[in-house]
Amino acid sequence: MIIFYIWPLVGIWKISVTEPTAGIENYTRMFDSNAVTTSFIITFRIAAITTIGCLVLGYVVAYVISNFARRVKPLMVALVLLPFWVSVLIRSFSWIVLLGRSGLVNDTLRDAGLIDAPLKLMHNEFGVILAMIHVMLPFAVLPMMANMRGISGSYVDAARGLGASEWTAFRQVYFPQTLPGVFSGALLVFVLSLGFYITPALLGGGRVLMISEYITYQIQEFLNWGLGSALSVALLVMTALVILVAARFVNLRSALLERK
Amino acid sequence: MMRISTFRIFFMTLAWMVLAFLLLPILVVIPVSLTDTSYIGLPKEHLSFQHYVAYFQDPRWLAATWTSIWIGIVVAICATALGTAFAIGCWNLSNRASTIARWILITPILVPPVVQSLGFYRFWVTLGLIDTHGGVILAHTLLALPYVSISVFAALANLDRRIPQAARSLGASVWQTSWKVVMPAAYPGMITGAIFAFIVSFDEIVGVLFITVRNVSTLPKKIWEGIQESIDPTIASVATMLVLLTLIVTGYGIFRNREFRQ
Repeated sequence: MIIFYIWPLVGIWKISVTEPTAGIENYTRMFDSNAVTTSFIITFRIAAITTIGCLVLGYVVAYVISNFARRVKPLMVALVLLPFWVSVLIRSFSWIVLLGRSGLVNDTLRDAGLIDAPLKLMHNEFGVILAMIHVMLPFAVLPMMANMRGISGSYVDAARGLGASEWTAFRQVYFPQTLPGVFSGALLVFVLSLGFYITPALLGGGRVLMISEYITYQIQEFLNWGLGSALSVALLVMTALVILVAARFVNLRSALLERK
Repeated sequence: MMRISTFRIFFMTLAWMVLAFLLLPILVVIPVSLTDTSYIGLPKEHLSFQHYVAYFQDPRWLAATWTSIWIGIVVAICATALGTAFAIGCWNLSNRASTIARWILITPILVPPVVQSLGFYRFWVTLGLIDTHGGVILAHTLLALPYVSISVFAALANLDRRIPQAARSLGASVWQTSWKVVMPAAYPGMITGAIFAFIVSFDEIVGVLFITVRNVSTLPKKIWEGIQESIDPTIASVATMLVLLTLIVTGYGIFRNREFRQ
């Protein structure tokens, strides 16, 4: 069973490694190319901003669901899960409908007389990041919620009983306990963002080239299999590096294996 | 118990705002799908179902939907069978071996979709599976496996290891133990896993874009092409139907099974 499963995966690795037939040439080209460097920088920047955005927004939701929401808890959880089940493609489409040149946001603003020319809301990093935060948010909320479920409220109660204000109790007592959940959420969002393809491709409109899209371009437009595969290997290695570095701080088993 | 403080109000408000941010952009497709114009926008004079009619009258949309559904079902069956076998196998293995096996298992979730699709593409070329339904099913089954196994693992976590041992000591063969003792425990996980596998397959787009040309068209591929070429409101009507379907299923799940919220 295990062998059956590894076999195609090894195939992927082998092919992407051996594909540059002329040896190392593709890799040197990769490091020389400005376009590639730019693309990597864009990818990391977008992934980082998305991660931070997801953590901040997701933390609030996870915190409220775990601590304050009593009767509305199932409803709030449903609202987190619902987008999770809706296809990424459809969610990107929704954002196109909203942010496009003659999208709903621009139309509304123009009808209200607030702007004359349509704002440029997509085909730039702003649009990509906004939609990516939207797509990735559940991935941040779920691990944080799982972590907060295991935190006993008695420490906060104790701190409150000893005279700490709610803010202080939250900051000094509750928040440090949630850090493992925050880290696993961050790891998941960051890794998924690095290799994300659909949303950046649709909302970037060919102008915000993240690595995944760059690879597709090389292969489908230029039939440049060598460079494409070399880039894939680079992307894979970087993803693996992020996971390895994170493994020093996060209990990966609980972060990734116990829930999706 | 506790009085309502600014602290609580602050966080509650923020949380609801974030939830609105999650939900509202998705619901936008509903009014747009009812537009009476031939382009994307809100209905101008009256509501119209013309774009739904367009969907149901277009054989290409229907064919793509049907393809997605039956591929999804086949994938769910294959992935559930293999994923369950894998999970039960791991469960029987030593801790160390099963940790390694689990790591290998989750790689498809973490490996960038473009990279694995590339791998599939090159590999499928040698196997002659490009642009065939079999190729898509195989790729989707591989991608869906982790989800099945993870949910079966979760189900098996509740099973006491001594129970299969007891069955064995009472004279049951390995097969009988697996079939009569372990399988029933894994059953809830298998159901969840099958649903997951279906959704994974039904949603998957990057792989399909790589390994199909024109013989095979799934619903996501059709939507993708629709968005790339000309954004017409038919996509909004398809999207609306899928969103409503999700709404109903999620709502039903929450209502039926409180476990769902974990």
